[in-house]
Amino acid sequence: MEAFVQLLNNVLPSLLQGVGVTLQIAAVSLLLGMAIGLPVGVGRVYGPRWLQRALAAYITLFQGTPLLIQLFLVYYGLPDLGLTLGRMEAAFLTLGLNSGAYQAEYLRGALQSVGEGQMTAARAIGMSKWLAVRSIILPQALRLVLPAWSNEAIAMLKYTAVVFLIAVPDLMGQAKILSSRYFAPIPIYMIVAVFYIVLVGATYLLLRQLERKLHIPGLTGETH
Amino acid sequence: MSTATAPILRIENIHKSFGETRVLTGISLTVQPQEVVVLVGPSGSGKSTLLRCINLLSPPDSGRIWLEEQEITAPGVNPDKVRQRIGMVFQDFNLFNHLTALGNVMIGLTKVRKMSKKEAHDLAMFELERVGLVDRAHHYPAQLSGGQKQRVAIARALGMDPHMMLFDEPTSALDPELTGEVLEVMQQLAREGMTMIVVSHEMGFARQVASRVVFMEGGVVVEEGTPTQMFEQPVHERTRVFLRKIADMDSGGR
Repeated sequence: MEAFVQLLNNVLPSLLQGVGVTLQIAAVSLLLGMAIGLPVGVGRVYGPRWLQRALAAYITLFQGTPLLIQLFLVYYGLPDLGLTLGRMEAAFLTLGLNSGAYQAEYLRGALQSVGEGQMTAARAIGMSKWLAVRSIILPQALRLVLPAWSNEAIAMLKYTAVVFLIAVPDLMGQAKILSSRYFAPIPIYMIVAVFYIVLVGATYLLLRQLERKLHIPGLTGETH
Repeated sequence: MSTATAPILRIENIHKSFGETRVLTGISLTVQPQEVVVLVGPSGSGKSTLLRCINLLSPPDSGRIWLEEQEITAPGVNPDKVRQRIGMVFQDFNLFNHLTALGNVMIGLTKVRKMSKKEAHDLAMFELERVGLVDRAHHYPAQLSGGQKQRVAIARALGMDPHMMLFDEPTSALDPELTGEVLEVMQQLAREGMTMIVVSHEMGFARQVASRVVFMEGGVVVEEGTPTQMFEQPVHERTRVFLRKIADMDSGGR
């Protein structure tokens, strides 16, 4: 027990640094994913046919290939095309593009579940299609997509772990380094697992709070 | 023919198909200001499609429509602008689910009519008062009864200051005990001189309020006339059979 406490003391500072990096990657990637997923999702539903096809191709590409391959292609492959990214930038870009594809699909489902009648009623009072999307459809769809988006946020926290393979010192990367330094992989990975659970749990609670705050009777489900 | 009053709406030989299905096959109809026209006919006769053609929600394939002397089927006409002048009320209300009753009426005022929040709020409250729902202003659609939802929908349409109103079976989705409150509001509107085209099988409403009853079948107008003419001595056999069927349903108390 004493040995474990000693170990914990030794590794804690590095792991906390790792948590900072993990949170940073998850947050930036989610926001980048949102910036991509929002227009892509809207374009998938309301865009012209050619745009819908192009966006579907992007989504298929990122949903249909392993995240790790995407990361390697961005980090090791793009320099061949003259675009060399730092480790962090490569992590942001890969996870952001990947999350954007998923977020777009979640949003598409939500947009479609809002119902034709809402658009018809908006057009009937003289709104243009895009004004109707902005002021009637999206405010409903964004509320409806929140539960799926919460899952994406939680999944993202865990997916960030792949970036240690391009030597980013995130929580996972720190675990890898520390476990060889102290020859104690099992206790260290257990500690790291607890860190991830706490991060995921806190994120979950935070997003549930947001869902509750944005709840509208009859539109979004009961929140408990 | 005298041209003392120009028609508010003139529809000339409209055709509309959806794929292979020909829904409207040559409809012509003229509506004078302040008229209340009740459209009746069997389901699938094209009544709802006609309303959607009039406000260009689904523009006709051929034929022409004039609204207050302006041809709205002409190329280059902005349909959004046309729809601001034509209020529409739907069978299933279509209230905006994320907005309160007040928000439903306000959003067109702020986003389309570009009013300030304050102006929009005051006008929206006035419109809600017209339909008797000021006390429900802050309720969401899910917290309203069917009749209340439809009255909010009417207030929302009125807020746009329409020159005429289209009602697409406004009471068909309501429980029988809730139709009265909606019909009353519509009757009030008619008294105030609103031009209305109403698709409805509420024969009591047609008798009391309609200036004209139009019977449609198979995508054309079969017969039209005053309620008295239409209910008591229709010319066409099909009109007679149909109206009697509806009258029986009405008196059957459903």
